[in-house]
Formats: sequence, structure tokens, C-alpha cells
Amino acid sequence: MSLTDLTATELLAKLTQGEITSVELTGVFLDRIAAVDPTIHAFLRIDRPAALARAAEIDARRASGQPLGALAGLPVALKDVLCTAGEPTTCASRMLENFRPPYDATVVARLRAADAVLIGKTNMDEFAMGGSNENSAFGPVHNPWDTDRVPGGSSGGSAAAVAARMTPLAIGSDTGGSIRCPAGLCGVTGLKPTYGRVSRYGLVAFASSLDQIGPLARTAEDVALILGVLAGHDPADSTSVDRPVPDYARTVSKPLSGLRLGLAREHFGEGLEGQVERAVREAIKVYESLGATVREVSLPHSKYAVATYYLIAPCEASSNLARYDGAHYGHRTNQEAMLAELEIERKALDAAGDTEGLDRLDNALVRMYRRTRSEGFGPEVRRRVMLGTYALSAGYYDAYYLKALKVRRLIRQDFDRAFEEVDLLAGPVTPTPAFRLGEKVDDPLSMYLFDLFTIGANLAGIGGISIPCGFSAEGLPIGLQLQAPPFEEERLLRAAHMFQTATDWHTRKPPAI
Amino acid sequence: MTEPYTIIIGLEVHVQLSTASKLFCGCSTAFGSPANTQTCPVCIGMPGSLPVMNREAMALALKTAVALNCEIPRRTKWDRKQYYYPDLPKGYQISQFDLPLSEKGYLTISDSRGRFEPKPIRIIRAHLEEDAGKSMHDEVAGKGDSRIDLNRTGTPLLEVVSEPDLRSPVEARAYLDELKLLLNYLDVSDCNMQEGSLRVDANINLHIDTPEGPVATPIVEVKNMNSFRAVERALDFEAQRQYEVWQETGTIMGAPGGHKTTRGWDETAQVTVPQRTKEESSDYRYFPDPDLVPVTTTEEQVEAIRAGLGELPAALRERLQKTYNVTPYDADVLVNQGRELVDYFTELADRCGDGKMAANWVEQDVLRWLNDRQIGIGEFSVSADALAGLLEKIKGGDLTTSRGRDVLTAMLDSGQSVDAAMRKLGIQSVDQNELETLCGELLAANPKVVEDVKEGRLKAVGALIGQAKSRNPNVNPGQVRELCLKLIERM
Ligand SMILES: [Zn+2]
Repeated sequence: MSLTDLTATELLAKLTQGEITSVELTGVFLDRIAAVDPTIHAFLRIDRPAALARAAEIDARRASGQPLGALAGLPVALKDVLCTAGEPTTCASRMLENFRPPYDATVVARLRAADAVLIGKTNMDEFAMGGSNENSAFGPVHNPWDTDRVPGGSSGGSAAAVAARMTPLAIGSDTGGSIRCPAGLCGVTGLKPTYGRVSRYGLVAFASSLDQIGPLARTAEDVALILGVLAGHDPADSTSVDRPVPDYARTVSKPLSGLRLGLAREHFGEGLEGQVERAVREAIKVYESLGATVREVSLPHSKYAVATYYLIAPCEASSNLARYDGAHYGHRTNQEAMLAELEIERKALDAAGDTEGLDRLDNALVRMYRRTRSEGFGPEVRRRVMLGTYALSAGYYDAYYLKALKVRRLIRQDFDRAFEEVDLLAGPVTPTPAFRLGEKVDDPLSMYLFDLFTIGANLAGIGGISIPCGFSAEGLPIGLQLQAPPFEEERLLRAAHMFQTATDWHTRKPPAI
Repeated sequence: MTEPYTIIIGLEVHVQLSTASKLFCGCSTAFGSPANTQTCPVCIGMPGSLPVMNREAMALALKTAVALNCEIPRRTKWDRKQYYYPDLPKGYQISQFDLPLSEKGYLTISDSRGRFEPKPIRIIRAHLEEDAGKSMHDEVAGKGDSRIDLNRTGTPLLEVVSEPDLRSPVEARAYLDELKLLLNYLDVSDCNMQEGSLRVDANINLHIDTPEGPVATPIVEVKNMNSFRAVERALDFEAQRQYEVWQETGTIMGAPGGHKTTRGWDETAQVTVPQRTKEESSDYRYFPDPDLVPVTTTEEQVEAIRAGLGELPAALRERLQKTYNVTPYDADVLVNQGRELVDYFTELADRCGDGKMAANWVEQDVLRWLNDRQIGIGEFSVSADALAGLLEKIKGGDLTTSRGRDVLTAMLDSGQSVDAAMRKLGIQSVDQNELETLCGELLAANPKVVEDVKEGRLKAVGALIGQAKSRNPNVNPGQVRELCLKLIERM
């Protein structure tokens, strides 16, 4: 068995016992990336010498008996939406292709402090907008289980990297399912924590009230290991919550007795593919065999979730992305070409005697903004910026944004009510297994509906986890989603681990690569 | 009022609060540092950076709002005001839209010269927001390059918006003076207009009575005024201009061409000139900032702020008039100098027991000295106690007022006590025998004066006072006069 087939927890034990060094381990994963990633394209950037140097430094400290962090020597891949000081952080966008932030995201600083080896930055949908990873300006990620298929998005690179054994641990971000959806489609374990559990400082914002950083790994045990490092209050993020962080790694192996599972009626209806439903229902039987009770509950407003989400998220995105204007950093349109273009237009209007047109003609600044943003953003980002700008405009605000906020409150109340009766909600992650690359690119609405089961947790601010629970007839992974009341990550992880001790779906390896 | 119209003015004042750091990051707010040296990822809007509210800024804002008699809602929040400009690096300004930290207050203005009756000017709201950076347009070589300095970006600004309750440029000036004074007393801003820490925009139009009924001229927002004088002049100019335009064109508010416009004050030409009005139709797409949490203020917090305000100018003026018997004008002059000078005055008045005399000395002698040297009362070397000693000597007749001034000057120049300064100037009390000898000699030398006095022309004795003073500068003129009359009576 190759080292890359071991879980992070197993690898950490070997490192601790001195069976392997971090340099060895990091080298094995880097070799795996070199061999596999040309097919998968999970990574946007690898810095082999830097990763090995870091590993060597940790090995040296271990050898000299110095105290080490909780992840000492373990490789971790970062979604390229997390700022890393002095290194490119692109968000898979032309806009930030050459952008190097002068600071680390809080989670990056925490990972460094825990002595993780940051192995590379992973591919993603541009600015985390998308569910298939086809919106990356640098090309799509391929699903390791079937390279003609999407890995899911937007943290597709992180999920594919874990699935293809290119890293034991990866970090993603989840705004409407962007960790859970690719985890489900790639057959790995991915957790979206409660809003406020993990600092967003240094996470390039898509939709600030929905974004949350979380880990992807092969097992719930590994997720618990790294969540303990990521979670905690950060004074630099006003929305991060100041409450104690449980010792997830210690408690994850304790089974839950008397677990009450809820199945949301609305998550087993129209749109859910039969084989996905079958796999999910089988998984629930596993829980029953472990002593859980199951009952049906209702999330009556969940039918509005997609519409609500696609107002709130674009509204916030249109504002968050306003800063990419070419004035201070990032892409700026070619100035000479821009001025020449303006001059040609001016002359034409002049010749036509169109004084109104001349009046309306952009000044150089406005034209710079227009060209910079048109060139720098891909079509999906432009679509959402326009949607959000429209919905926040005078005369539309009340009908769209304000109404969406009200519905959001109702959706949250649905979850609150459901959790009065059950400990966890169980259901599908996505309506279908991974679809083919290109299949939905011309149909944004069907792409948006793919998030149906995951966006509720973001709107409600609660945590959710995706764990492998079976395979489709084509051999594609199917995910089970568990959702918990706010700050019950411990419960989620313990439940996920219970399942993984009773099943082996999470141990399966993509055959093709 | 002689004009056939009423002027309607409302003011929007932006005040930089004097916090050590910016509103949402730890950068310094100091003025005048090299460009772009007081910035960080947060205030220049780097991707992934997040704002954290400066509690000190909120405390200063609440203090000001309470002093402006505003209502303080229990909950306030932050909103994004969105527009594109190179000195606004996030593409939005964090401000407050529909739940400002305070609303519905007032500030009472008055004029000690009696040009208008005291009246409360209603405050619509006072809210906090972050300042933008500065664009410097470099027109050298026709390149039109612009440079951006983001040092100011994120500095806390309190925006105080008045109702259009002001009826003349003089009232507008009085409002600004009173607001600035209040801010000084509260110690929340340095109010330096030259450095941009206090900025004023004015909305003005006219209500004109016509035979067909009252009409209103289109509202004009006037910007770019760099001093309170400039505000007054710009509004004077603008009122006259609007009247003339109305007479020429008859354009009224709401009619075609009667929409609100923006004009800038040209200090050199002393006129207002039209500014680009593209922004007027702009839609700021305000929405709640999801990066910040709402702020709650309890009733107890508001009461604690109110209790800690100290005595504010309006109350202080009243107390000076009541307790020290000074005129409204004097109270105004003293209070307008700031809390420190008022403290000096009250100590002086308490020690010497004569408020009017203390007011005269402070306003004429102390203030002249301070103004000549451009220093504050903190740097005035004669303590209120020492000055009180001097005033007591004047009241007791040991010194004339004019000799007293000489003594004060000597005290200031040399740092000496009253007695030492008097000795240095050769001022001593003149012994009674010495005075009688002197007066006897004068009477003997001036028989005409004696004769005149005996015939009832008492004024004649005045001629002797001058002679007495030239023979001994320390004599008290009153005593000389009294003694001479007494001696003549005995003759
Ligand atoms: Zn800063």
C-alpha cells in the first residue's frame, strides 16, 4: 500500500512514531501530483522546493525534540481563494492572475502554526461561483472517478485532489454547497462548519453572509483533526463567534447513542435521481442498524431556497467584487488600446454630429473600469455581478433583496423547528452524481438547481457534512449529507465517523488513476 | 428682512473624529504623512480583508449625538454605499443608511449681536462613516495623470445633517460656529478645516412670494467651501444668484430645469460655479454590510454618556450670566474661547469677587495677549490667582486701571509676582504724610486753583492731579483730589 492511500490520521501516527519523515511524505504526494494532476488539473500552483523545505524544517524540529503543532508534517492543499502572503492568490480569475496578497488568511496562519506543509493551491470556479468547476479561468478540474465528468464546485480542485490521493487534507470554502457538493461528487468527506465557526479573514469574499471555510479529507476522523486547527474566534473577523472549540479529534470516535435522524420531506422529492435516493436511504438504514431513530420532518420554505440564494449571493457578490476595478491591483486593461478605442468612438460620433452620443461617451476612467472588468471576469461572474447590481438597484431592492432576507429568516426558522424534533438532518448532497463536463454550461438555471439540497445550510448558517454513501451504476460516488444545529460540528463528525466505521465507501479509490 | 424672499438653508457637516486609529482598521489617522504610508489590507480593500469596528469612534460619535440632543436608537447597523471612484478602493463606503446611530436632535443658535433671535436648528441625523482617500490630479505636461493617497481612507467621519431650518447665511455661520464650539468642548475633533477634518456642504434655495403665491427656486448643493467665512459668502452669493436667475428665467423647483444641482465655491473669483452633475442620478445601492455586526446601545450606556458630557456651551453661557453677572455678549466671548479659558475666568471672578471686572480683564487684557502671540490660556504665565491679587489692588485704590495694566505686562514679561512687579516699576503706596506735604505744596503753588474751588468750581482741582502724578507717579489720583479739597476747605 502506498503512503498516499493512508488517511491523515494514519500518516500523522507514522510521522509521530518516526516511521516516516515529512520530507518523504511530502515528496510522495508531490510525485503523485506530478503523475496524476496533468489529467485532473486539481492544482493551480505547486511549489515543490518550498513544500520540501518546510517539511525538512518540521522534520528537523521533530528530530531535536521541539514541540510541534497538531498537523506537524502533513500536507494540506489550499483552495486558491485563501490568501497566502507573497504568493499568488488568483481565485481562478484572470482578474487576480498576478495578485499576491501581502498577508495570510487567518486559517492559513493557523495551519502554518500547526506545522502543516502547504503543498499547493487548488483550482476552483472563478471567485467560488459555480457548481461544476468549469468556471475556472485556467481550465476545468476533472473528476478522478471519470475524467469526462465534473468534480463539482466550487471547491472542485480540493475535492479532486483528496479523491485522487494527491493530498491527505485540503481546505475549501462553501457558500451554497461548494465544499459538500464536490465532496459528494468526488467521494470524499467535506464539512461546511457553522457560519462564524471559522474565521473568514483572508478568504476572498464571494457572498460574505454565506461564505464559510471548511476542510475536505478522506474520513470524518481526518476532518475532525484539521477542524480543531481551523476553528476558533478571530478578532479580525467581526462575524466569527467567540465560543470554545471542542476537541473534535478526541471526541470523533465516540458513537452517538439514541441518535434521532430527520429526513426532510422536501429533499426526497422531484429532481432527485432514483439511484441517489436509493443510496441515501440505504445509508439511513445503516444508521438505524446502529440504533438511530428516523422520522420525517418538513422544511416548508426550502422550495424558495434556490431563488433566495440566487438573490442574496449575487447581491453581496456584486458589492464584494466592486473592488476589482483595475485602479489598485489585479488586472487593468491596456491603457493605450483603451484610449485609442475611445478616440475612434469620439471621432465617429463627432463626424456624425451626434452631440448626445458625445455627451454620453465614457470618460477614460469609466472606460478603464468597463474594459478591465469585462476582460478580467468570466461569464458566470459577470452574470452574478449583473444580477446582484440589478437586484440592489433603487426600485428593486424591496422586491428582491429585502424579500429574500425575509424568506431567509423563514428558512432558518424551518431548520430551528426541525431541530426541536431531531438531532441531525440526513439526505442527499446533490440530485444526481457527477454530470459530464459541458453538459450544463449553457443552462445556468439547471446548474443553480444542482445546489438545491446544500444552500439551505448556508442560508440558515448551520453546519453540514458530506460523506460517501455509495456509487451509481456508472461507478460514480454518491454523497450523504448530514446537517446539524449551529455549532454542533462535534455531533456531525461523530455521526459521520459512526457511519464510516460501519461502511467502507470512503475507502474506495478512483480506479482510473 | 428687506429681500422679497426667504432663504432656506440646510447644512451637512462631515467631522473627522479624533481617534488614534481608523474606523475599521488599526492604521493611524495622523494628518500630513507621506502618501500611502498609513494603509493596510483592510483600508485599501485588499481581497479577503475584513473590517472591525473601532469602539472609540462609536463612543465619540455617540457622545456628540447625545450632546446634539439626538435620540439614540437601541440598535444601529452598517451599510455599504456603493459607487466607483479611484479613491474608494473597495468600490463602496461603509456608512449608515436607514438605521443611523442617532436622529432627531437639535442645536440652539443665538447671536449676541442680536441679528436673529435664539432658535433651535433641528438635526435630522448624525451617523458614522469611513472617509475616502484623496485624488490628486496632476495636470503637468497635459498628461492628466491622477495620483491616489489612501492615508485618509477609513478615517472616521461623523456626518451631521440639519433640517433646512436656517434662514440666512448669518444663521448658517452661527450654526457652524456653535457646532464647532460644541465639538471642541466635547473634545471629539480638532475641527481643522484646512486639513479637512471639518467639511461643510450646504443646500440652499429661496422661497419667493409672488402675486400668484409662493414659489421655490431649485435647490442647489454648494460644495468646496474651505472656511466658515467661505460658507457665509458662498451662501450670500448663491441666494442673490438664485434670485437673479429666477427673475430672468422664472424656473422653479420641480419644473423642467428645476432639479437639484451641485455648484462649487470658487474662492478666488468669489462665485459659485456649476459642477458635473452626473452623480445626481446615481443610485448608491445601499445594503447592510454583511461583514459587520449590528451595534446595540443600552439606555444605561446613553445615560452614562450624558452624565459624562460636562457643562456644554449653552449651559455655560447661562451660568456665567447668572452667577457672575456678565452680559450675554461677555458670556458669549468667554465661552467661545473654550472650556479652559472659561475655567480661568471663573477662578479669577471667584477670587476677586467681581465678575464684570474679571470679564473685562480677561476679554481685553488676557485675550489680547493670547491673540497677539497666538497662544492658548494654558501658556498664559499669570495664574488666575495672581491676576486676582492685582485686581484686588486696583479695587482697593492702590493702583489705577492703567497702572494695573503696566503691572500685568511686567508680570507677564518677567514672570514676577504682583508685588515684585510693582516694586520693579517703582510703584509703592504713598505714605499719608508724604501725600499731605505734596498736596500742601501744590496748593501753595497754585492760588488760582484754590480760589476757583472756593468759589465752587470743584473741577479746577483736576489741574493739580496731573502735577501730583508728575512729581510722584505712585500717587493715587482719587486720594490727591480728596485731600486737596479737604485742605482747601480748611484754608
Ligand atoms: Zn488600515
